[in-house]
Amino acid sequence: MRRLLGIGSVVGLTLTAILGLFVTPPDRVMGTLVRLLYVHPSVAWVAYLAFGVTALACICYLWPRTRAPFWDRLAVSSAEIGVVFCALTLATGSIWGRPTWGVWWAWDARLTTTALLLALFIGYLALRRVTVDPGARARRSAVAGLVAFADVPIVHMSVVWWNTLHQPATVLRPSLASPTVSGSMAWTLLLSFVSFTLLYGWLLMHRYQNSVLESRLEEEGMEIALAERWAEAVPSGVGR
Amino acid sequence: MFRDAVLVAGKDLKVEYRSRVGAQQVLPFALVVLVIFAFTLDANHDLLQTAAAGLYWVAVLFAGVLTVQRSFALEAADGLRDGLRLSGLDPAGIFLGKAAAVAGQLAVLELFLAGGIAVLYSASLHGIVLLVLSAVLATVGLAAAGTVYGIVAAGLGVRETLLPLLLLPVVAPVLLAASKVWEITLQSGPGAWGWMRILVIFAVVYLAAGVLAFGPLLEES
Repeated sequence: MRRLLGIGSVVGLTLTAILGLFVTPPDRVMGTLVRLLYVHPSVAWVAYLAFGVTALACICYLWPRTRAPFWDRLAVSSAEIGVVFCALTLATGSIWGRPTWGVWWAWDARLTTTALLLALFIGYLALRRVTVDPGARARRSAVAGLVAFADVPIVHMSVVWWNTLHQPATVLRPSLASPTVSGSMAWTLLLSFVSFTLLYGWLLMHRYQNSVLESRLEEEGMEIALAERWAEAVPSGVGR
Repeated sequence: MFRDAVLVAGKDLKVEYRSRVGAQQVLPFALVVLVIFAFTLDANHDLLQTAAAGLYWVAVLFAGVLTVQRSFALEAADGLRDGLRLSGLDPAGIFLGKAAAVAGQLAVLELFLAGGIAVLYSASLHGIVLLVLSAVLATVGLAAAGTVYGIVAAGLGVRETLLPLLLLPVVAPVLLAASKVWEITLQSGPGAWGWMRILVIFAVVYLAAGVLAFGPLLEES
């Protein structure tokens, strides 16, 4: 299953790259910049999907009837991928924004919310890293993840208002929807969404496997260390 | 629950009254922040007047982080948190009490800082009803969210550095809404009431989150 996902995402991404770079036509307005269309929206979709999965996993962990280490591992695995893809979303968006809007960054509602989302989940990961006891870590981070996620709609609402009240559109905002995407472009776009989603699934399974191994190391590490120490100590102990 | 809250708030405020950490360290720090902002804006009176509301709330936020840290540092030593856990007080009451103590200290601090922006940035404080109402709502939100994250970070060796990272993005809507209300009111513009809704929603969400989650978090800290 994992191998299938891996092969699928590699093939899909390669095809997306080929189609996106060589086969699809350049846009009339944006020219060749439009090729970012096959990267940026799908990367953003994976970031939101990953954070959504984390929030769901946090809820499932906190709900007493479904509490299991599985959800905790799923939450951290998905959050890590989400942070990487969220950072990529902001980076690709910036790269796209510079030539089309003329600025690296606009204080647009969606951008601001995404940036704060990244900050919230970086905090979530930082909290996980410094909590040692697995049980405490799971429960604390589940609460922190969920509370952080509850903040997202409030953040979004506030920045939307901030934007509409005080920031009239100063930069040119070419809407993605208005020049209708069709033909080879639509297919490439669809393919990029599917491939990036497969990539997410693949990374998620690997990362999950890592966290299973990590927790086994945490559990068995002490025993292994003790056994090694015993093995060292026995010969000299006999001599005394 | 409310009786427990009063007990805990009384304890925290009494410790503060005797130690005067807030009065002698946090308040001067917040005023220094106001002065430092003036340095970066080149002591330009027009600019400072325009930015007064935002700078005021940033100063409140920084001081709020310190106040929350102090509130949980009180119980970090000598197994005091174990004492609190074993006291039989309702965890929701402990949460409300600690949040109330933080809010009380912040409210006093906000009064001094308001004097600070009036003097240093020559902001003319009018529309007192809106200013006070928004400040009260924002303070409740800040204190509630701060107390939730304070207990999340409590007991960790790195809480001083972790808490700001966790708290600042979360309270961004409060900062935004409160500075907008103040900016609009100080410049006598319309539309301040709309922003109040965000302050109310934030305060309610984080009070509810704290009441529900404080018990399990206290167990684990």
